[in-house]
Amino acid sequence: MSTSKKYKRPESLQETKHLYCAGCGHGIIHRLVAEVIDELGVREKTIGIAPVGCAVFAYDYFNFDVTEAPHGRPPAVATGIKRVMPDHVVFTYQGDGDLAAIGTAEIIHAANRGENITVIFVNNTNYGMTGGQMAPTTLIAQKTATSPFGRSAANEGYPIKVCELLSSLEGTKFLARVAVDKPGNVLQAKKTLLKAFQNQLDKKGFSLVEVLSMCPVGWGMTPQAACKRIQEEVTKIFPLGVIKDLTV
Amino acid sequence: MEPAGKKKPIVIIDAERCKGCELCIVYCARKVLGKTKNINKAGYNPAVVADPDKCTACGFCYLMCPDNAIEIK
Repeated sequence: MSTSKKYKRPESLQETKHLYCAGCGHGIIHRLVAEVIDELGVREKTIGIAPVGCAVFAYDYFNFDVTEAPHGRPPAVATGIKRVMPDHVVFTYQGDGDLAAIGTAEIIHAANRGENITVIFVNNTNYGMTGGQMAPTTLIAQKTATSPFGRSAANEGYPIKVCELLSSLEGTKFLARVAVDKPGNVLQAKKTLLKAFQNQLDKKGFSLVEVLSMCPVGWGMTPQAACKRIQEEVTKIFPLGVIKDLTV
Repeated sequence: MEPAGKKKPIVIIDAERCKGCELCIVYCARKVLGKTKNINKAGYNPAVVADPDKCTACGFCYLMCPDNAIEIK
């Protein structure tokens, strides 16, 4: 596994300054995606699909083709692009409000069809862009703008575990959950993303990587405390690791 | 002592990109980086290289920086 020893901005990332909040995990995940694309040498034939949400400006940050899809529909757009241009590397970059809420139908059917695409699912357990409201992935008892007394299972149900949900579908080939809360996990996240993109190049089928990310502003805590929250609370509900791997 | 012929690592922080989240400072095992009271154009207090001699180029600050403000040469 080639873990880059080059500690400088990857070519697939533009110099544009990110508009994310201080300590947001999106910046780290953008860099990891860019590093992986660089290492695979596929920058010229990569097409990303940006979601609606915090990462909506991904086309300003990545130095390859990125298109924008309506809320929750990147898997459907990716299906079209990949089928028309099967030699291109197509990936979607979606948040939990995009993929797990309004886009539930699209992701389930794209996964069930076994589309040969890569999905990067950033889970920060709330709706970041609109001001930290409750998402389907919000943990029980987590306080958000729309669950001020904490999410209760009786009223709002349980957090959706997307990887486990999709693992029962025959179309899915690789499902893994990683986090970007500390350097070791960031390296692991990069290895997993590399595998997810390699699967697509090898025509193995549908790969999804769920990345647990911090949202310090939405959670109302410092970036350091947000990293700690991932380690102590979020990973208890969303355990890290490979959930399904049929590529070997 | 540095092994002979080994280049000393240089950490460069782009103060204008930095948003002062301090993740690099928290995860720097050798306390190379530190806080400042300087304010950049965006209004943040960027991190600074306080003790460059201790750096071993482990890359933890680079890995955790969400804003690509850190480069290690």
